[in-house]
Amino acid sequence: MSFPWANEYKPSHPFMQWMDEKLPLPRFMYNAIGAGYPVPRNLNYMWNFGVLAGFCLVIQIVTGVILAMHYAANADVAFNSTEHIMRDVNWGWLMRYAHANGASAFFVVVYTHIFRGFYYSSYKAPREMVWLLGVAIFLLMMATAFMGYVLPWGQMSFWGAKVITGLFGAIPLVGEPLQHWLLGGFSPDNAALNRFFSLHFLLPFVILGVVILHIWALHIPGSSNPTGVEIKTESDTVPFHPYYTAKDGFGLGVFLVLYCAMVFFFPNALGHPDNYIQANPMQTPAHIVPEWYFWPFYAILRAFTTDFILSAKLWGVLAMFSAILVWFFLPWLDKSPVRSGTYRPLFRKFFYVLLIDVLVLGYCGGAPAQEPYLMVSQIAAIYYFLHFLVILPIVSSIERPDPLPFSITEAVLGNDDAAAIKA
Amino acid sequence: MSQDAGTAAPAGHETEGVRRRDFINIAAVSAAGVGGIATLVPLISQMAPSADVRAESSTEIDISAIAPGQAIKAVFRKQPVFIRNLTPAEIAAAEAVDVSSLRDPQSLKDRTKEGKKNWLITMGVCTHLGCVPLGSGEGEVKGDFGGYYCPCHGSTYDTAARIRKGPAPKNLEVPEYAFSSDTIVKIG
Amino acid sequence: MIRIFSILAGLAFSFVLALSFVFEAVGTAKDGLPNTVESNFHEHPGALKLASDGLFGKFDKQQLQRGFAVYQGVCQNCHSLKFVAFRDLKALGYDDDEVKAIAKQYQVPAYNAATGEVKTQPGKPTDHFPPVVYGGKGAPPDLSLITKSRHGGAAYVHSLLLGYQNQPAELLKKFPDAKTPEGLFYNPYFANLNIAMPPPLTADGQVTYAPGNPPATKEQMAQDVSAFLVWTAEPNLAERHQKGWPVVLFLLLATVLAYMAKRNVWADKH
Repeated sequence: MSFPWANEYKPSHPFMQWMDEKLPLPRFMYNAIGAGYPVPRNLNYMWNFGVLAGFCLVIQIVTGVILAMHYAANADVAFNSTEHIMRDVNWGWLMRYAHANGASAFFVVVYTHIFRGFYYSSYKAPREMVWLLGVAIFLLMMATAFMGYVLPWGQMSFWGAKVITGLFGAIPLVGEPLQHWLLGGFSPDNAALNRFFSLHFLLPFVILGVVILHIWALHIPGSSNPTGVEIKTESDTVPFHPYYTAKDGFGLGVFLVLYCAMVFFFPNALGHPDNYIQANPMQTPAHIVPEWYFWPFYAILRAFTTDFILSAKLWGVLAMFSAILVWFFLPWLDKSPVRSGTYRPLFRKFFYVLLIDVLVLGYCGGAPAQEPYLMVSQIAAIYYFLHFLVILPIVSSIERPDPLPFSITEAVLGNDDAAAIKA
Repeated sequence: MSQDAGTAAPAGHETEGVRRRDFINIAAVSAAGVGGIATLVPLISQMAPSADVRAESSTEIDISAIAPGQAIKAVFRKQPVFIRNLTPAEIAAAEAVDVSSLRDPQSLKDRTKEGKKNWLITMGVCTHLGCVPLGSGEGEVKGDFGGYYCPCHGSTYDTAARIRKGPAPKNLEVPEYAFSSDTIVKIG
Repeated sequence: MIRIFSILAGLAFSFVLALSFVFEAVGTAKDGLPNTVESNFHEHPGALKLASDGLFGKFDKQQLQRGFAVYQGVCQNCHSLKFVAFRDLKALGYDDDEVKAIAKQYQVPAYNAATGEVKTQPGKPTDHFPPVVYGGKGAPPDLSLITKSRHGGAAYVHSLLLGYQNQPAELLKKFPDAKTPEGLFYNPYFANLNIAMPPPLTADGQVTYAPGNPPATKEQMAQDVSAFLVWTAEPNLAERHQKGWPVVLFLLLATVLAYMAKRNVWADKH
């Protein structure tokens, strides 16, 4: 948008000219995701995941609004109404499986998007605001997903609601009243189910709003790229449309093949069998686990088993929330002038360790709360905090980065476009 | 997308190649369109009545307990249906009317089954604006014509449930039904 | 400044985690890894092949009817099937009259508006299978969703039904306290090894199959009822598989086209 060579919107049809004068919405779209937005020419397929995440949000909102037409948020009938959707509503099974697996797909896409950000240091200036809004979206997603999982009112729904609101009970002094306030009772029941339904319907639209801000903030400096070198000339860029619409279209196709294969052939592979048992406040399932996308954070929560000044429970809660909140500080913790991990050999090694570390944490979070998983998750959690809070600040000051290419064009073609440099 | 993609192709290529490219680009965009439209099918049809509702689109009702002169209000498709066992006097009253003088000309014979003239089965939904008329329950007002009387806007029906007075345009609707036996009637 | 603060916070979390780790490690060194009866003797369900398995799976209606016969002859004394309506049985190949006759065999609770009482009346096709009153030991679960609500699904049901046995001598030697309590039954496929349900399939021919079906051996009955319970849990499974194929194949084609279109668009930039 801020590039002088960006294509200008020139409507040819008189109606579009009229429209452009009264309400320049087509112009806005043209400049945002059309030919009017110059994008670095060297984006790799890791840059597809932003568009995919937006698509997932649309899937979730559409299927979610439909499910809400058939679902009843009452503790007596919620489970039955879910089965009614599965058995009697026309295409209801498809809507519900699309929504449940849509949540998983959304998290797969967003985790990839976040780790793309880690590797290429997408959080660095001038894109700090893009990053901060992104972390805010992720937090909203987690809240939305958690409340959505409560709605079918199965065993995992109920005990998930009880355990997660129990986390707030760890806060000194106000903990217990706060938990009762959140639930509207002493234990999850109608009041909790109804407010979770209301908020689960509301939050996706809040997410949509923050997503718009996220994209707006992105368009001010323009997209980052795999070299991390800023755009210098027109030859470094291509218009978003048709180049990246075509590339995103292909990425979307691959995503949809995988997603639909899950929905139609393995719809319950990522769910937990216990959630097909109706909620029973008198009996806890043998092994409570949240949905897979919460496992790494759940492992961190459980890793604290010893009281030290504060109770182990409070440490766990603090650490779990800190594990995400620390992402907010990344732009100021990693001060290396080089962005891309490709040119930062030491940083890159630690990045891969982090990737494995989070996978290990995820595995431990889904495993039963016993040895050896606890000890493994303790080691992994130590690395997690050291990585962001200690290693990144130190590495960024001692590391000697590899030489950067002069420009994006040079990185792509091996030499620069002579005409472009003159220009 | 296809058009821009076509112009983005560098000049100097053989026309054959350009044509092939255009074809692929158009095909890709068309596939996206077809997929998008196909997706609308489940999104729209999910709002149609679900299987449990459709299963209740016909109802069997036991009429053995209805004595002559009595009526019951049964449920059919979540709406009231009146089942009335007419007395000979009521039948005579209905048959005495000159059909051509009616707003919605129908004889009692038209509105009942062969040989079951005493069983008047109609929807309990006023044809004016959908209220439930009185007259099926014991002690309810039956109106000036001894049939049904709608309290909302004063439509009055006779003993064959034909509209005689008031704003309703049509006689009370006779649903599709059949006698499974002498005591069981299947509506719908 | 922010970095000094962050390093201190990171070290604090790490220190408490390390402390937890040390205590855990000492505890584990003393007690060893968890070693319970369940971790030693619980068995995972054996393999079970059903027509509904796999990407092309659909139901074998004959088998579902046999499985329904087993449910009626054996399971339904204690287990309800509340999410299934009689009308759903048409999917098993019964016609309208047969469904009506099946529904009539059951007494379904009905509210009588005239008397204000809840009485039972013979079921109609639109009714669901009625609740089952059970006064014995344990709490027999509703079976509608059983194959979706247990790890292992149908294979679990199949193995559990045939898995009753005497407690191994080795178990009692290793865990002398773990003797199966009075009134429970040892079954290594059950999560805690001791199940309240008495062995349901006791003899071949316990259920009479209609002519033209394989003999009702215990193995056959266990397979058939497992297949039936896959259907009760997921009546749309066959439709889902059948609709999934065209969708995925269409998407594959569209993706190939999208890839070729993408190559066309980028032809001059690489």
